[in-house]
Amino acid sequence: MLETLRTAFRSLLSNKIRSALTMLGVIIGVGAVITMVAIGAGASANIRQYISGVGSNILIVIPGAPSAGGVRQQAGSGASLTLQDAEALSRESFALRGVAPEIYSRSQLVYGNMNWSTLITGSTPSIFDIREWKIDRGRFFLEGEAKGGAKVVVLGATTAKNLFGEEDPIGKTLRIRNVPMEVIGVLAPKGQTPWGQDQDDTAFVPLLTAQRRLFRRTTANSVQRITVSAIDGDSVSEAEREVRAILQQRHKTGNGREDDFDVRNMAEMLDAAAQSAKVMSLLLGAVASVSLLVGGIGIMNIMLVSVTERTREIGIRMAIGARTSDIRTQFLLEALLLSIAGGVIGILLGISASKIITGFLGWSTLVSPGSVVLAFGFSVFVGIFFGFYPAWKASLLNPIEALRYE
Amino acid sequence: MSLIDVRDIVKIYTTGDVELRALDGVSFSVEAGEFVSIMGHSGSGKSTMMNILGCLDVPTSGAYFLDGKEVSALSKDELAGIRNRKIGFVFQGFNLLSRSTALENVELPLIYAGIPAKTRRERSRAALERVGLGDRMKHRPSQMSGGQQQRVAVARALVGSAPIILADEPTGNLDTKTSGEIMDLFVELNGEGHTLLVVTHEPDIAKYSRRTLLFKDGRLLEDERRHLHA
Ligand SMILES: Nc1ncnc2c1ncn2[C@@H]1O[C@H](COP(=O)(O)OP(=O)(O)OP(=O)(O)O)[C@@H](O)[C@H]1O
Ligand SMILES: [Mg+2]
Repeated sequence: MLETLRTAFRSLLSNKIRSALTMLGVIIGVGAVITMVAIGAGASANIRQYISGVGSNILIVIPGAPSAGGVRQQAGSGASLTLQDAEALSRESFALRGVAPEIYSRSQLVYGNMNWSTLITGSTPSIFDIREWKIDRGRFFLEGEAKGGAKVVVLGATTAKNLFGEEDPIGKTLRIRNVPMEVIGVLAPKGQTPWGQDQDDTAFVPLLTAQRRLFRRTTANSVQRITVSAIDGDSVSEAEREVRAILQQRHKTGNGREDDFDVRNMAEMLDAAAQSAKVMSLLLGAVASVSLLVGGIGIMNIMLVSVTERTREIGIRMAIGARTSDIRTQFLLEALLLSIAGGVIGILLGISASKIITGFLGWSTLVSPGSVVLAFGFSVFVGIFFGFYPAWKASLLNPIEALRYE
Repeated sequence: MSLIDVRDIVKIYTTGDVELRALDGVSFSVEAGEFVSIMGHSGSGKSTMMNILGCLDVPTSGAYFLDGKEVSALSKDELAGIRNRKIGFVFQGFNLLSRSTALENVELPLIYAGIPAKTRRERSRAALERVGLGDRMKHRPSQMSGGQQQRVAVARALVGSAPIILADEPTGNLDTKTSGEIMDLFVELNGEGHTLLVVTHEPDIAKYSRRTLLFKDGRLLEDERRHLHA
């Protein structure tokens, strides 16, 4: 057996270019499978991580799509949610831990000669708890400051860095739409969302300040969004039912009348996204497997050519005592060596390709041991499967006819 | 019981619709320890006979008993075992592996006999030295002369110390001196108890043997036994 292995190895080495080209099919196949699965796994891992960072058990209430004169407007465009709705929610619900009414808009922040445009959210202090923000320096704004419309701002890490650089922003005054605001805190960074958005490119101000001074909203009490969190994971659906019931009662909807608001379950949405990323990665992996299959057919092709070419060699070996099984083993081993070597190189290629993709494109990738084992196993299988027919064909040769072959 | 016993062997080659009787009812037997030469014109069926005796080919009809066993009743793997251990074959066209060195070629039968690497190497070296190629072990067939290749083929046939050695014109490419050396080697092997069947065109070479089978048009014309006068 060891001797047969050596023979197989040597005959592959004696035809290096051909062996390398044959292997290339398997290399590309295995490499593609690993890379594709890594990209998909990276995306879904990313989304899951984001879910845990964005705050779990979150429901988002947005103004629904009211039918205005028969024309259906885009979700979120109505002005049906009010501050009073938010207050009612926190007053009347049992399953909610926090309620944060929000209004938001993109705006310029100016400090000295620096300026930076970012998303400014006006809300109550509970937004920090619901969204699981941590403070890095300074502090969050307080309930009193929110109620009194204090001119304070809490910056996201990216915003702080772009406006202040190395300087300590705490206590500094910047301007938003010409209103001087004092920086009282900088948030700990959260990083990017799975779809590449920088979560730290943001700023928070008290709700009242945003309404009265910054955005000058026409309908004084309307809010663009109410973010709430359930007490725990088990009460998310209970919370959703409560929110719906309370708002339906206040808005006199339900019972045949279309709701003018919408409740969205953040975790469910992201879970679905993660799920679809996973399906996507499996799909990509499946497509990549086709190339592995093609690589296998390449092996079979070359082995068949090789059997024909080496008919005389087979004849000589048989004439001096090689058994059918010796010949079969030799060719099978050759195919197996090709596919195993191709598989190993393909795995290395896949891992480095994943690293390169992460490095250059910034996509996160995750090479799972499972996909490596799978790809390797598959390449071994390909070797045996596609090597068997040529090996079997070789072993069937009759010694004298093989010897006469020119 | 004879070592080799062939009865009424017929071998027919069919090319297109032309039938050619390469062997046409050949019967003879060889006892263990004999040294037999086979002679005959080109095309008289000598190689065809040797291939059948070497278990490489099967006759169209007739029976071949090797060591009392009917060869046609043996399985492929049993035949492979016989070719490996019972018979050392020197082909008319050498049939060496072109990508392997002389030493590797000689080692081949021992590999299939499952002999450990070290013993294998030693015995192969000894065999090559015996045919006078001690200095050509690492050469490939393409780097050797016809006579040298033929001697590698002889070394390969004797390395497994098979009891029967079948040689199809082993001296066809050699000068008189080297031919003599090879034949002396065969006589020596015969003395050690090997049974030899050697095909040759030259009466001088045939004189090394005690018995000559003369073929003509696929038939055994003469079976001559003589005393050695060397
Ligand atoms: N594979 C084959 N197919 C058809 N005819 C064949 C085949 N092999 C041999 N023959 C024919 O059988 C006859 C005997 O051939 P064989 O090779 O046995 O002769 P030989 O006595 O060994 O001759 P030489 O001394 O030239 O080697 C020849 O006429 C040859 O043409
Ligand atoms: Mg011949």
